[in-house]
Amino acid sequence: MAEVKPAARPLSPHLQIYRWSWTMAMSIAHRVTGTGLYLGTILIAAWLVAAASGPAAFETAQAIAGSFLGRLVLFLYSFSLIHHMVGGLRHFVWDLGHGYDPQTRMNMAKFSIAVSAPLTVLIWIVALVLR
Amino acid sequence: MLSNSSMRTPLARVRGLGSAKSGTGHFWLQRVTAVANVILTLIFVGVVIALVGRPYASAVALLSNPCVAILMLLFILSACIHMRLGMQVIIEDYIHAEFPKILAVMGNTFFAIAVGAASVYAVLKLSFGG
Ligand code: HEM
Repeated sequence: MAEVKPAARPLSPHLQIYRWSWTMAMSIAHRVTGTGLYLGTILIAAWLVAAASGPAAFETAQAIAGSFLGRLVLFLYSFSLIHHMVGGLRHFVWDLGHGYDPQTRMNMAKFSIAVSAPLTVLIWIVALVLR
Repeated sequence: MLSNSSMRTPLARVRGLGSAKSGTGHFWLQRVTAVANVILTLIFVGVVIALVGRPYASAVALLSNPCVAILMLLFILSACIHMRLGMQVIIEDYIHAEFPKILAVMGNTFFAIAVGAASVYAVLKLSFGG
């Protein structure tokens, strides 16, 4: 019978032994933000229905959106949206057959957070200045 | 000529639909809606920014502008198709038992349609005069 030799390297995937990497984090972030956006569409629909229901309902919706908790949710939602969008651009690059080598993958992962975070803040600054 | 050494019948190979029975349709529609979402999301964010702190009358005026309303409807449509496809992939990744999976995938479709219908109704009602 053949002797079973122990593997010289860790077997993958190995859930107890792993090191966080940018690519892994951004992959998970894309799924988490996608799920967040999915659930958040309830709020968008509710806000639109409130607007369609008349001034009283709309004022209530605006008051909730303008509260501390409301703004926190809005901020997280806008960040999720922008991050998911920039992460999606990465998928387009892969779909076109580019960016599979380790260095490019790493750069694109870092790029997606380096762009989406400042972009979200910029959007909020513009929104708060304009109001 | 390709020899048919695999277990697949020539008909199956010609149809090219694979085990999911819908070929690359799911994947492709997710990409098409993703591209549309990039443009429509940026417009949607712009509309929301324009609405911040506005009183009811001017908010309604903006949302009932035909161009704004049409773009909002397109955003709702594209986002709902896209999120339904995306969530189906997540469900199929984590739920393996056949019956719960079918229920979850069906519930996912109901959710996307319900959210989409409510949003479309609201935009149309605003557009056609509240
Ligand atoms: C703004 C532009 C957007 C782009 C460019 C985009 C792009 C993408 C792409 C390329 C995927 C496939 C990822 C993969 O194959 O692993 C995806 C997945 C997904 N998207 Fe989007 N998306 C956008 C907006 C949205 C919106 C608005 C929602 C929800 C309302 C959403 C929800 C989802 C969900 C739930 C998934 C599944 C995530 C997963 O499988 O891990 N996306 N998106």
